[in-house]
Amino acid sequence: MGLLSDPNRRRALISLLTRLNTPICIVCYMAGVAWFMGLAFEPFTLRTYMSENAMGSTMVEERFPAGERALATGREFSAHKKRTGGMPVEWLMKTMQAKGLEVFTQRFSRTLPFPDENKERYMVRGTNVYGILRAPRAPRTEALVLSAPCSPGDNNNQAVGLLLGLAEYFRNQIYWAKDIIFLVNEHDLIGMQAWLEGYHHTNTTGTFCHSRGGSIQAALSLELSSDIITSLDLVLEGLNGQLPNLDLANLFYAFCQKIGVLCTIQGKLQRNDWDSVSGYSHAVQTMMLMVMKQASGRPWGDHGLFLRYHIEAATIKGVNSFRQYKTDATTIGRLLEGMYRKLNNLLERLHQSYFFYLMPSLSHFVSIGYYMPAFGLLAVILLLRALDLWVQLSTPPQRTEDGVTDIEPVRGVLSLLTPLVISHLTGVALYMLPIRFQEMAVEHFPVSETEAVVLTAIAVYTAGLALPHNTHRLLSGEGTEQGWRVLKLVAVLYLAVLLGCTALINFSLGFILALTLVPVAAFVTPHVPKVLSAFILVILSPACTLLFSVFFFQELQEMPISFQDGWLLFLSVISQGILDHSLYGSLVYPLITLLVYPCWLLFWNILFWN
Amino acid sequence: MAAHRCSFSAVLFALWGLSLLTVARGQEATLEGNDRTAVVDNPESVAGAAEQAAGQPAAEDRRWEATAVEEVSPTEAGGGSDSPAPKPAASPPSVPRPKDDFQEELVIRPLHSGDIYTSFQFRTLWETDFTRENKVSHYRLFPKSLGQVISKFSVRELHISFTQGYWRTMQWGQPYLPSPPGAELWVWFQDSLTDVDGTWKELTNVLSGIFCASLNFIDSTNTVQPSASFKPLGIGNVTDHRFLRYATLPREIVCTENLTPWKKLLPCGSKAGLAVLLKSEKLFHSSFHSQAVHIRPVCKDDQCKTTSWELRQTLNVVFDLHNSGQGKNEWSLFKMFSRTLTEACPVASSSKIYIDITDNSQGEQFELSPATPLLSQAVVLGDRRTFSVYDLTQQITFGTMRSLNLLIRGKSSQGDMLRPLLHAERYVAGYGLQTGEIHTLMYNNHPYRSFPVLLLDSVPWYLRLYIHTLTVTSKGKDNKPSYIHYQPSKDRVRPHLLEMLVQLPPNSVTEVTLQFERALLKWTEYTPDPNHGFYVGSSVISSLVPSIVAMDTNNSRERPLFSSFFPSKEESSYFVRVYTEPLLVNLPTPDFSMPYNVICLTCTVVAVGYGSLYNLLTRSFQIEEPSPGLAKRIANIIRKMRGVPPL
Repeated sequence: MGLLSDPNRRRALISLLTRLNTPICIVCYMAGVAWFMGLAFEPFTLRTYMSENAMGSTMVEERFPAGERALATGREFSAHKKRTGGMPVEWLMKTMQAKGLEVFTQRFSRTLPFPDENKERYMVRGTNVYGILRAPRAPRTEALVLSAPCSPGDNNNQAVGLLLGLAEYFRNQIYWAKDIIFLVNEHDLIGMQAWLEGYHHTNTTGTFCHSRGGSIQAALSLELSSDIITSLDLVLEGLNGQLPNLDLANLFYAFCQKIGVLCTIQGKLQRNDWDSVSGYSHAVQTMMLMVMKQASGRPWGDHGLFLRYHIEAATIKGVNSFRQYKTDATTIGRLLEGMYRKLNNLLERLHQSYFFYLMPSLSHFVSIGYYMPAFGLLAVILLLRALDLWVQLSTPPQRTEDGVTDIEPVRGVLSLLTPLVISHLTGVALYMLPIRFQEMAVEHFPVSETEAVVLTAIAVYTAGLALPHNTHRLLSGEGTEQGWRVLKLVAVLYLAVLLGCTALINFSLGFILALTLVPVAAFVTPHVPKVLSAFILVILSPACTLLFSVFFFQELQEMPISFQDGWLLFLSVISQGILDHSLYGSLVYPLITLLVYPCWLLFWNILFWN
Repeated sequence: MAAHRCSFSAVLFALWGLSLLTVARGQEATLEGNDRTAVVDNPESVAGAAEQAAGQPAAEDRRWEATAVEEVSPTEAGGGSDSPAPKPAASPPSVPRPKDDFQEELVIRPLHSGDIYTSFQFRTLWETDFTRENKVSHYRLFPKSLGQVISKFSVRELHISFTQGYWRTMQWGQPYLPSPPGAELWVWFQDSLTDVDGTWKELTNVLSGIFCASLNFIDSTNTVQPSASFKPLGIGNVTDHRFLRYATLPREIVCTENLTPWKKLLPCGSKAGLAVLLKSEKLFHSSFHSQAVHIRPVCKDDQCKTTSWELRQTLNVVFDLHNSGQGKNEWSLFKMFSRTLTEACPVASSSKIYIDITDNSQGEQFELSPATPLLSQAVVLGDRRTFSVYDLTQQITFGTMRSLNLLIRGKSSQGDMLRPLLHAERYVAGYGLQTGEIHTLMYNNHPYRSFPVLLLDSVPWYLRLYIHTLTVTSKGKDNKPSYIHYQPSKDRVRPHLLEMLVQLPPNSVTEVTLQFERALLKWTEYTPDPNHGFYVGSSVISSLVPSIVAMDTNNSRERPLFSSFFPSKEESSYFVRVYTEPLLVNLPTPDFSMPYNVICLTCTVVAVGYGSLYNLLTRSFQIEEPSPGLAKRIANIIRKMRGVPPL
């Protein structure tokens, strides 16, 4: 790049960039959003295709006959579940043993940091039952998992019935090359977490698993609550926005096509009229739903926790709506049989296809190479602003006298340090206080524990707005022009690095944060109108982003809600986020509180610099 | 075995002695005590046992086979102690007439889980000396290919097994002959051999050809020299482990191509005798398949004046109840092997079928047809078992149909697990591609006795073991091994070898954990399917387990009082070898499908990004003076000459 080595041309380039900084930033922002919206347009996306040869070319026949018997087993299971008022461990063990599996149980207990009001649980105690079908001539090195949750009420009985039916059928086949583990987990994700920790001995809760089948290659979780279904929904989003290999989705899609079952993703059927406005907006909706779910960082099915262990997993949900087209349990059984036979044929772990993708429909996908530019266009705004600031900072000292320049940087660094430290301490307080002070809050206010946690979080968040912008003036008097520029330079670069890292791990979260935080970072100075800017800043703060996301998500799911309900949902989402973090190790809550929120506070600080 | 307080060498020696006695004798062996002085088998105890059993009212019509004769083995005479000094292969008294002998037998055991275990054994004995100067050239029963291997490579003992599937101890109990999944080969060489490693390499390549297996993949990176776990099973007093090589190939897949050469080693091939049952389409339609060849020198007689070579070919198969019966628990030779028996192998001196009827003395578990009056009793794996015997050399066995099709009709099968006295499992803990932890669990289910076990772990070099993280815990307490032999790995040269002698407390689980780091291989070192993972062979647990017979001394089982006060010595413990499952470990794997992208990206990043940045950071910029014109330069020269300052 002789361009940069040549001082004349460099000067020209820089002056161009600083002169046209604002227009370029606006164009970049528009282009980023437009690029993102374009991703859902079908001609711009790729059709899915099976990359894994071991699953693609081999033929399997599906012969599972016993759907009715499986449903009868499901009804028996539900009767026993009602009688024991929970997981019918004895009955499950006996049934699995009768079907020729090696059966083991795993007990676990877990105390939540505060009561979960959505699922009404606090001290959780349960048992997982799993049966291992040993592959005839394999030495216990590889395994596949099929799981069904034992849910309270009348849910998922059919799933357990079908699981047992498949176990019986699979036991009589000789072609298995991998052990198959049939798992019925209690307390959905908590049970699954306990089982996975027990299996991999990364244990903090529950007991260890007694017997294993080697390294797990793939897993499917089944949710089925009616005897007849109209369509099957595939859920991919896992913990921290992790996704299984795209080949797993392809496999599901291929078998749905072969057997003739309606299949959906995000509950949306695929449409063929991509060139019409409604067709396009349908694709946008599907993709946006995936983005929102991925950004939330929580597991959207029992499969979500497998992904951490590098096990490709997905949840298959049976949906019974008012469509004409009905599918019975035998067909679902055949579909699962086909999928397991293909997975059984795998010679290597699923690795051929993409791990980073978005799906505007089940047959089309957007790979990382296509969606990253949308984020890149947003991130480049931050770099342009940083360049602009750098140039502004480096030019003035040449004009002022020597005595001034010596003192300036020292005070600049000092005045920089205090807001940085204070805003991060606020972040730490936001992270720690809600759970620490729940008991105290419950004593002094008439609220439940969950409400106490959420309200403390909101209180700390709001208190943070009042804190930092006052302190630095107390410390060093009037803020200087130089001071806020340095602070803003640091904050902008900080945000760029933060968003860049987030987008690499969880694109959706990074993109949504960039959409709201980048304009803030770009426009805020101490010289803009205070009240209006403060209002915009609050609107674009992380908490408000979350609030809007809640409404937007409901809108996308075609279940719009009133503001009152939306607010309640917002509160429960916060509590869920904290719970997900402490139970499963979801990273969204610490990321927002410890890094994004302090970073946003820095910009708030700049606004009130003088 | 009362060796808790002994120095470990004594324990090792005792273990060695017992391993000689017990594994060698297979299911028939009457086990000797560990005492070094107990040498010769005592027929009285067997006779006594027979008497007791005969005293039971159930067996009036049954005839007891004279097993005592078979029990006396020359092995025990020489192998039990060093003192008789088995004659080294120096000078045979005279050139002996080739005397050889062939025996075949089949043991069928209905298993606890309802599956059925069949074990074939073919034994060829030959009184010859492969190591002397003039080559052995005339072969009769002994296969020539193996004879030449013995003499060319100075082999003293050779044990090779090919196994498909994993022996499920929790459902099936202990096998007669344990073997790890995949291929296992261990060889003792003659102590006169100088270049052991070279010979070993040649030998593996030759065996690879003989058995159509990938034994040529055995090289220094998966060969170890265990110091205590594998002792010679034949006669001989050399226990210097420099002459021992042990290797496993856990990934080896066993199929018909390995079975055919194995069958060709039999004197009758698969034409006659028990070997007609060995049809591959049925043998491989099973839950477990293991075939093995064991060669060792044994004593010819009690005095051990002459040695002979024993070739033992074994084949163990477990047939699955579910796969072929649709739940109906009915077995016959025809159903298992799709053949029936019509004759014994003509050259066999003995040809028998044993069926384990111990749990079935009243016919409550299964019924057997045709019935046989002949019974036999032996102590197998610490348990006194009763067998129905069919002698194929007797014409009467085949009845009027001229063919024998044994039929076993089972009554029920239990799905619950067994509690074998010793059993083990192993797994990899943790996630991610950087580190991990190997856990080995050893269960001692004996209610009141502790016993020592020898654990052998051979781990490939690409798992870098952190040996300082080794912990052995039982019942929550630290359990210090009394003997540890550890040989660290060398990258790309040799694997880790870890041998430990651990005392297992009664009714406990002992956990051995060891952390490791996954190495990043060179890109040519990955297998063609790197994302499948890399195998780590089974660990081997060898132990003397207190026997069940010794356990029920105050049991209510009907026995004469005078015989049941002291537990009889030869039954007090028995040798067991347990193999754990192999491990499949994923190593950090580059994306091989994208070398082009990677090269492009790296080159771009280095050339454009890093290059220009480095350039900017290190270059010092100076304002360049525009160079003066020619006229000005000439004028300056003139002014310089004049002594006037230049323009």
